Amino acid sequence: MRRVTTAVSTVGVLVAASALAACNKTPTARSTGPQIYAPIVGGPHALPPAAAAPADDGNWTMPGKNYAQTRFSALNQITPANIGKLSLAFTFSTGTTKGFEAPPLVVNGTMYIITPFPNYLYALDLTKPGAPTKWMFKPKPAAASQGVACCDVVNRGAVYDNGKIFFNTLDGQTFAVDSNTGQMAWHTQLGDIQKGETITMAPLVADGKVIVGDSGGEMGVRGWLAALDEGSGRVVWKAYHTGPDKDVLIGPRFHPFYAMDRGKDLGVSSWPPDAWKIGGASAWGWVSYDPETKLIFYGTSNPGPWNPSQRPGDNKWSAGIFARDVDTGQAVWFYQSSPHDLFDHDDVNEIILADIPWGNGRRPVLFHPGRNGYFYVIDRRSGQVLSATPYGYINSSKGVDLRTGRLVPAADKEPQPGRTTRDICPASPGAKDWNPAAFSPITGLVYIPHINLCQDEGHSEANYISGTPYVGADVKMYAGPGGNRGVFTAWDPIRHRAVWEIKEDLPLWSPALVTAGNIVFYGTMDGWFKAVDARNGKLLWQFKAGSGIIGQPISYKGPDDRQYIAVIAGVGGWAGAIVSANMDPHDPTGALGFVNAVKDLPLKSMAGGILYVFTLPR
Amino acid sequence: MSSRFRASCMLLLAAAALTVSACNREEHHSRAKPIGENIPAGASPPTIFPGGGSPPPLDARAALYDNNANAIGKGQQLFIQMNCVGCHSHGGGGMGPPLIDDQWRYGGRIDQIATTIAVGRPNGMPAWRGKLTADQIWDLAAYVRSLSGLPSKDAVSSRSEGMSAGTPQTLTPHGEIYNSDSAQQ
Repeated sequence: MRRVTTAVSTVGVLVAASALAACNKTPTARSTGPQIYAPIVGGPHALPPAAAAPADDGNWTMPGKNYAQTRFSALNQITPANIGKLSLAFTFSTGTTKGFEAPPLVVNGTMYIITPFPNYLYALDLTKPGAPTKWMFKPKPAAASQGVACCDVVNRGAVYDNGKIFFNTLDGQTFAVDSNTGQMAWHTQLGDIQKGETITMAPLVADGKVIVGDSGGEMGVRGWLAALDEGSGRVVWKAYHTGPDKDVLIGPRFHPFYAMDRGKDLGVSSWPPDAWKIGGASAWGWVSYDPETKLIFYGTSNPGPWNPSQRPGDNKWSAGIFARDVDTGQAVWFYQSSPHDLFDHDDVNEIILADIPWGNGRRPVLFHPGRNGYFYVIDRRSGQVLSATPYGYINSSKGVDLRTGRLVPAADKEPQPGRTTRDICPASPGAKDWNPAAFSPITGLVYIPHINLCQDEGHSEANYISGTPYVGADVKMYAGPGGNRGVFTAWDPIRHRAVWEIKEDLPLWSPALVTAGNIVFYGTMDGWFKAVDARNGKLLWQFKAGSGIIGQPISYKGPDDRQYIAVIAGVGGWAGAIVSANMDPHDPTGALGFVNAVKDLPLKSMAGGILYVFTLPR
Repeated sequence: MSSRFRASCMLLLAAAALTVSACNREEHHSRAKPIGENIPAGASPPTIFPGGGSPPPLDARAALYDNNANAIGKGQQLFIQMNCVGCHSHGGGGMGPPLIDDQWRYGGRIDQIATTIAVGRPNGMPAWRGKLTADQIWDLAAYVRSLSGLPSKDAVSSRSEGMSAGTPQTLTPHGEIYNSDSAQQ
């Protein structure tokens, strides 16, 4: 009998080898307390731009906290000294048991919660004991949409602006609901499930527009991002991510930094004939906004199908970052992090806006912990990559050429037709998937919850049949070097190195929150909600929730002026679908290969959907 | 000596018996008699029949496909070609429910499975009637049923279509496996 490791955090057991050392199986040390790699260096560090990260009013109105997507709360009542007393204030069952990736929102004494399919919207009254429900809104999305949602039927959050709550439904609609009454203001049908289009992302409201993108990179969709008028729901502009320049909204303002992204109608010519019409490149992740330049920044998904031999070429404009003018949607620059993506390395991960010390002044950049394993620092005016440093174990590429901007391929990991390629790191969900990092202007560090998985992959010819998957790949994932499947890294974006790191046994699928009390919060898939010291990673407090945590933690100031911490526990998503969709672990290729990496999860976490809110006792 | 001879004879007999039964599994209808190109309409899911009653009897055509290696083999190819594998993986599930377990929402009889494939189901199972012939739908149903281990092992293929990283169907174990070490390489 092999030993079954049940320890969640065997604090104190340190692995002598570094995190990126060769594959040593050390089953007793799959999770460890913090390992300190480097000091926090004093002096000037990265700061979010003030216009995109205004002073904290104690509310939490959008998933990323602000347009810069810092996930930083300026509230500081909870500190390393008193967090030992942090205790439960109230709970709320959302009545759903699918993967819960959304955060609660808090606006002036009311909390808003959007659930996974069937996308219920709740308003809870925080001014009354026990936070009773003020109203609930049921958008009744089409049940059949569940059959075209690639990786659980999640929703990544709602947004509050100007008296309305905005959110998307799995069947491709955007809703606006009055935040006081719960009455619908408008709804707009954007996606078509008959073509495999769903919507799981959280919209961003900026400059009077609701920005929405589609999901469906595994279904042969033609990806897009749209802007709706905030007042009426009318489509103001819609930019496709494949096809001719006029459809992509590429015009005279488009000046990509690298030659590889320049040329006419690359969205057609970088594909085999007509393949761009079913080429994926959806936009299901995060949108950031710089109010000074009126530019939005977001990433596009993998190209379709996964089988790369069916789509020779760079497959523009998949797996890259767009900067667009928010008024017109016109593209300003694009950077393709994975041209001709081989491994489903979408580029939809969060984009954190920051100004970094540069010479005698500061340079406006964006931080982007990419799915392909590199932490990108990119000039947000020009799209120039200033640095791209591995923050996890990578053998699927050999670096990023900063002169050409191109990912340097690793020939031995390029999948070939008719054979299985083994030990590809990072696996398809990347060194990190959708779950965003947090950025503290106090420490200047980026707190990255991520994963350590590798995979075997074989390809077969995918047939396009609308409304069905368009993948053509068999995948089997497993733990990467070290045997731990999750990692939490505090990253110094100026010196391009990890400051401290915590190894977690299970993949980390929960986003991070950092507060002015210098505390970082994150959850694990077996239900531990953890608070660690932002300076050294020391575990300060933890709470065991009733289900695994993949939701976004937030911090808000309650009507009683106290600081609260809130998170929703509900295991699922791509990583936890084995539980939320009750899959059979005998097939290692289940859930696009993720099942094999989390076969133990069904014993460690049950499905759920419960809000937990914590505060210090009076 | 004689006992060993007897054992050898028994083995030979057993082998002969196996060969005969293995011949049956290969039997396939040559369409000499046209079969109805329609989907079993009467195969209702297992449910309650008020006032007493029972599900309709097994569709007569089931005997042509169930436990038939030829039908299961053709269904196995269709399972990949028609993108069933994209949702159900190689039986473990994904966008769609798992098929190698022993839970059937709409019934695990081959005619019930064929009906599910033909008419679709409300939570996202597409309706394939009009895209596949009835014969193909029955073949698919035979393969899907074989994934759960319901037919005898001698009818299923020991070889998978495509690049499956799983074990051959003839070896697929059933029962609980929640070992964290299995998630290691």
